[in-house]
Amino acid sequence: MARGRLDGFAVATILCALLVAGPLIGLPLSFIVAPGGLSRFSGFVPEAVGATAVLLVGVGAGTFLLGTALAALVSFFEFPGRRWIEWALVLPLAMPGYVFTLFALGLDVPGIRSTLGAVCVFTLVLYPYVYLLARAAFLSQSRTLLEAARGLGLSRARAILRVGLPLARPAILGGVALALMEALADFGTVNLLGVRTFTDAIYRVWFNAFDRDAAMQLATLLVSVTLTLLVLERLARGRARHAQLAARGEVVPPVRLRGLPAMAAAILPLALVGLVVVAPLAQLAAWSVESVREGLLAPEFAAAARNSALLAGMSAVLVPVVALLLAYGVRASRSRIAAVSARTATIGYGLPGSVVAVAVIVPLGWLERRIDGVAGTGLLLTGTVIGLFYAYVVRFLALAWGAIEASLLRIPRQLDDAARGLGADRLDVLARVHVPLLRTGLATAALLVFVEVLKELPATLLLRPLGGDTLAIAVWQATSESLFQTAGLPALLIVLVGLLPVALMIRLSGRGGVQVEASPAVGAWAEEPEEVPA
Amino acid sequence: MSHVRVRGLSKSFGAVEAVRELNLEIERGELLAVLGPSGCGKTTLLRVIAGFEQPDAGCVVVSDEVVAGPGRIVPPEKRRVGMVFQDYALFPHLSVEGNVAFGLSSRPREERDALTRRTLELVGLQHKAGCDVHELSGGERQRVALARALAPEPDLVLLDEPFSSLDATLRGGLRREVELILRDAEATALLVTHDQEEALSLADRVAVMRDGQIVQVGPPVEVYGEPASRWAAQFVGEVNVLSGVARGSGVETELGVFDLRVPASGSVHVAVRPEQLELSVRGNANAEVVAREFRGHDVLYRLRHEGGKTLLVQLPSLELHEVGERVFVRPAPAAVTALVD
Repeated sequence: MARGRLDGFAVATILCALLVAGPLIGLPLSFIVAPGGLSRFSGFVPEAVGATAVLLVGVGAGTFLLGTALAALVSFFEFPGRRWIEWALVLPLAMPGYVFTLFALGLDVPGIRSTLGAVCVFTLVLYPYVYLLARAAFLSQSRTLLEAARGLGLSRARAILRVGLPLARPAILGGVALALMEALADFGTVNLLGVRTFTDAIYRVWFNAFDRDAAMQLATLLVSVTLTLLVLERLARGRARHAQLAARGEVVPPVRLRGLPAMAAAILPLALVGLVVVAPLAQLAAWSVESVREGLLAPEFAAAARNSALLAGMSAVLVPVVALLLAYGVRASRSRIAAVSARTATIGYGLPGSVVAVAVIVPLGWLERRIDGVAGTGLLLTGTVIGLFYAYVVRFLALAWGAIEASLLRIPRQLDDAARGLGADRLDVLARVHVPLLRTGLATAALLVFVEVLKELPATLLLRPLGGDTLAIAVWQATSESLFQTAGLPALLIVLVGLLPVALMIRLSGRGGVQVEASPAVGAWAEEPEEVPA
Repeated sequence: MSHVRVRGLSKSFGAVEAVRELNLEIERGELLAVLGPSGCGKTTLLRVIAGFEQPDAGCVVVSDEVVAGPGRIVPPEKRRVGMVFQDYALFPHLSVEGNVAFGLSSRPREERDALTRRTLELVGLQHKAGCDVHELSGGERQRVALARALAPEPDLVLLDEPFSSLDATLRGGLRREVELILRDAEATALLVTHDQEEALSLADRVAVMRDGQIVQVGPPVEVYGEPASRWAAQFVGEVNVLSGVARGSGVETELGVFDLRVPASGSVHVAVRPEQLELSVRGNANAEVVAREFRGHDVLYRLRHEGGKTLLVQLPSLELHEVGERVFVRPAPAAVTALVD
């Protein structure tokens, strides 16, 4: 049987998957290796659990209310500028939490250095996840259902509340779960605001106490919360699809607002985008100009920019290539084990960068000592960018995989067969048929990875080699020392580049639909299908 | 020795036996059609020969090389077997020329260009060389697919239901065209189809396939005129199956005496094609016209015989009988075949 057979491609895929998923699966082992590892830091866990719980509740409620309200506004009502506002509301996706925190700290907003402050920051930058999913759900609802509700004596507002909202509930919960995963993964915001969550605890255990076992155990605890959210998100997504299928039909015609309500409907969302995107950009630009004029730019700025560009650029090649080989290995070998392995390899999805860093350092350190014993190469892996690249692959593989696999599925298998019948072996098929057909998918994957690596803070912070500061680290460092002008230019660069995939998403969704996935930021969205005649 | 030999070939998917101990031989330069209903395993047979599936048992020999057999599996790219897919599977990112040249990448440039040009001329598409494949009509796409398969000068060309995705009106003309191209190229070709007319009109020999096995192989005239079984008789065209008593070269039935192609004796069933019956209105009527299907050049009548049997009769459309008319049906002067059940 060809299906169960393990050939070269299947074995390569499985090995690759093990390499990526292995460290994450190995995390819980730390409890066995060093059972009392956390006893030195007994205060950390209750503190982290408390802060994380408050954060989850606050951000969950905040993104739910803000995202759902905005989605309902643009889906059920018509007002001047609606078509623009609809997309402007997505822009905060380009604003990393720590950059917005820099803005807030620079303005010295009272009470910002608190858990409540962090909740506000996260709500403002993460609501688009809920907004996008809720909007898609509202737009797919049929008018018949709402009309039936009104025929039964409900006012329009009550019909939306009692029928529209419950139908969209799975989609909204999925969005909230994504937003919460982002909040959990964040390090920069909570660290700068002095909120002692798990990621912050991992950082302190790692750098102040150099205790890897304790860091791994903290990471395991954090991962279990993240995985719970991931499962919730998957379940919600499945149910959202059902709800949307059940509710298909003619779309709900929006109600035209007039006068004061129409003005409010246009101005309030714009004010929000102004607060979260435009004002910070203006402030960052002003600081950048000041820093250049007054020589406040950090002397390491050029090196950080170069490091960022190199790391992001090389990852943008490396990660999509690994994802492509993995996806193609599954396809070419037609092996079920390979398919399962590849799925496993994408569990880095949405996992906090600090967890990934902690997870990869241990196997790398072990390997490094073995190599050092033989070749005397010293800190070959953990002391160089190799460890960092490894972490990026683990963390962002799913992002690239999503974009690539979606396009790969659109290539009919017959093309593979046709090429092989014409004398092409399986690598030829990849190079001569798939890669040309996957150009869009590969470019999307590369762009997403580039932007994410550029923004990435915790894994880079924990694994960077000496002198390997990046723009993100520069922003964090300068902000934590209240050198806001110095942080301005690197932060400005990060946000501007981060706007690229958001703009791409808006452009693509003008033609197709938008989909947000469980991913660090924008995620792999529904890509425009390439014309592949079967 | 035949150019292509398939011996004892078996292939299952789970509990489904798609191909069962199948034997088939194809001569050099021959165009052989495998005719069978959908699900009979003909596409699996093709895919095993092409190398996309591996047989559970048996062997495939192409041009004296074992390409699949116990302990030896040649990957598809090394088989010198070209395939034309049902929906063509043209590479959407390549031009017409790029598609045709795809299988020639290992040849020196000049040879590659020459072969590409020559093959495009063969299929009459030299003027479309630079076109994108999505600019082509259905018939043109098919010719590109054929040219792409023929360009590397394969030992065997496989065609999987090559006309099924075309309009009925296009099919007849393209069938002839494809046949001429294959003969011009002196290619050995194996075509699978579920369309009797296609198989009979196109192929040098027809192999009738059922439930994973070949039940009859022969020239079209023989497969149509001398079906090997009742099933084969019914599958390859329309047929009346009558029971009768054979006495040497004749068989006596309720419609009268038919000549037998092969002498027999005793109680038999015979396959009588609709054109092997005649109608007349003079004399005693023994049947009634219940339906009439006018096909232009001929007419197919459905009769109810006084014995209760429904009969199919095909006649030229020169003279028409009306539904409800009483007619006399009798054997036409043509030999029929006794069936082995």
